[in-house]
Amino acid sequence: MTEPDDPSPLVSLEGVNKSFGTLHVLKDINLSVARGEVVVVIGPSGGGKSTLCRLVNRLETIDSGTITFDGQELPAEGKALARFRSDVGMVFQSFNLFSHKTILENVTLGPIKVRKIAKAEAEKRGMELLERVGIASQAAKYPAQLSGGQQQRTAIARALAMDPKMILFDEPTSALDPEMVQEVLDVMTGLARDGMTMMVVTHEMGFARRAADRVVFMAGGEIVEEGRPDEFFTDPRTDRARDFLSKILTH
Amino acid sequence: MDDLIKYAPDLLAGFLDNVKLSLICGVFALILGTILVSMRVAPTPVLRGAGTLYVNIVRNTPLTLVLAFSSLGLSDTIGLTFSETPSTNSFWLVVLGLSAYTATFVCEALRAGINTVPIGQAEAARAIGLTFLQSLRMIILPQAFRTVVAPLGSVMIAMIKNTTVAIAGGYLMESAFVMRDTFDDTGVSIPIFIGLVIAFMLVTLPVGFVTSRLASRLAVAR
Repeated sequence: MTEPDDPSPLVSLEGVNKSFGTLHVLKDINLSVARGEVVVVIGPSGGGKSTLCRLVNRLETIDSGTITFDGQELPAEGKALARFRSDVGMVFQSFNLFSHKTILENVTLGPIKVRKIAKAEAEKRGMELLERVGIASQAAKYPAQLSGGQQQRTAIARALAMDPKMILFDEPTSALDPEMVQEVLDVMTGLARDGMTMMVVTHEMGFARRAADRVVFMAGGEIVEEGRPDEFFTDPRTDRARDFLSKILTH
Repeated sequence: MDDLIKYAPDLLAGFLDNVKLSLICGVFALILGTILVSMRVAPTPVLRGAGTLYVNIVRNTPLTLVLAFSSLGLSDTIGLTFSETPSTNSFWLVVLGLSAYTATFVCEALRAGINTVPIGQAEAARAIGLTFLQSLRMIILPQAFRTVVAPLGSVMIAMIKNTTVAIAGGYLMESAFVMRDTFDDTGVSIPIFIGLVIAFMLVTLPVGFVTSRLASRLAVAR
């Protein structure tokens, strides 16, 4: 975890642009995330939310601008980049658990191979984390034997096992059956309460209201509006945000 | 039948040479093939280019020419020698040529396997801080291997049969050459011919059987 008293932002994006071919997906993005802050990114599909999330641990490269993490510009490649990524957890829409490894192995691989922690200690910690996300009894199974919700909670435990300074969530509940969404959101809400720095791309407005310190509304590759969740949801300042909210909140 | 009894020891010794060549080349081809495929998917363009060039040249050259290059080019011309004993020397030159050749097929089978591993696996590996080589070794290749066990079995079967052209690399002691040598003395003997075919099938059939069984047992559930 990070020290919330440090006033400098943990992540800061300045003038970031990103295109895929001729498609300009992110336009001059300026955004910073403070230590311990939970930023929820919402907006219509194709608005650049996921790309924004993936930029922060450099799963996508940027065309221009700068991204700094903990005061340092993101390393471009090699060992420095791997070391940086080990400090930033990532939870994917499609879970991406290692299919040929057990649930416990998924959680301990990073600590053992990247952090060089002894296997026994990593397994003890791994079991604690699996306990915390409620799937300790599944530790010996393989990912394909678990439900989507259980897999995603494993993925969160895998991210936590690295003691990250921040966790990125890229639509963590979008691939889940409806009855499994809540169990994952509960784990995430718990993390937010414990002071984890989080950037969450999601369509779950209930989670945004409940857990976010700040809501960022993106559309057309731009940050259209940002603010506290209570203000944003009750009194959005822009037409685009009003329009978006009216479409999703009426039913 | 008399021929069979009289020449059986030579033929058996020759066939054991085929098996020995197969085992040694199999190991080298798997190692070299894994290195080649790692080059072909590496982020460094120079490595990728070198891997692609090697595979495309060697895979598309007839094996007899690869073996001839190994013995005539590398050994006779450049002076690469493994042993002072000619038969031992040519044995290892054949190992070199056949391993180098088979490795390209191993590489391409593995590359097909890598393409079946979802991109998310590599992204998750990178996201926990594994380096390229770590994620290749711990996440990508283990899954790729499991999906191509059966095709790798076919590559190995082809390689086992390819040991019978060792003569092209100057090695005269494997069974197919011993058989032809025998026929030069005795005339063609159908029992010897069939006996050798059966001997090869006794090795290749289990390879095919075991690899197909392994393929279904090791399949990665997604």
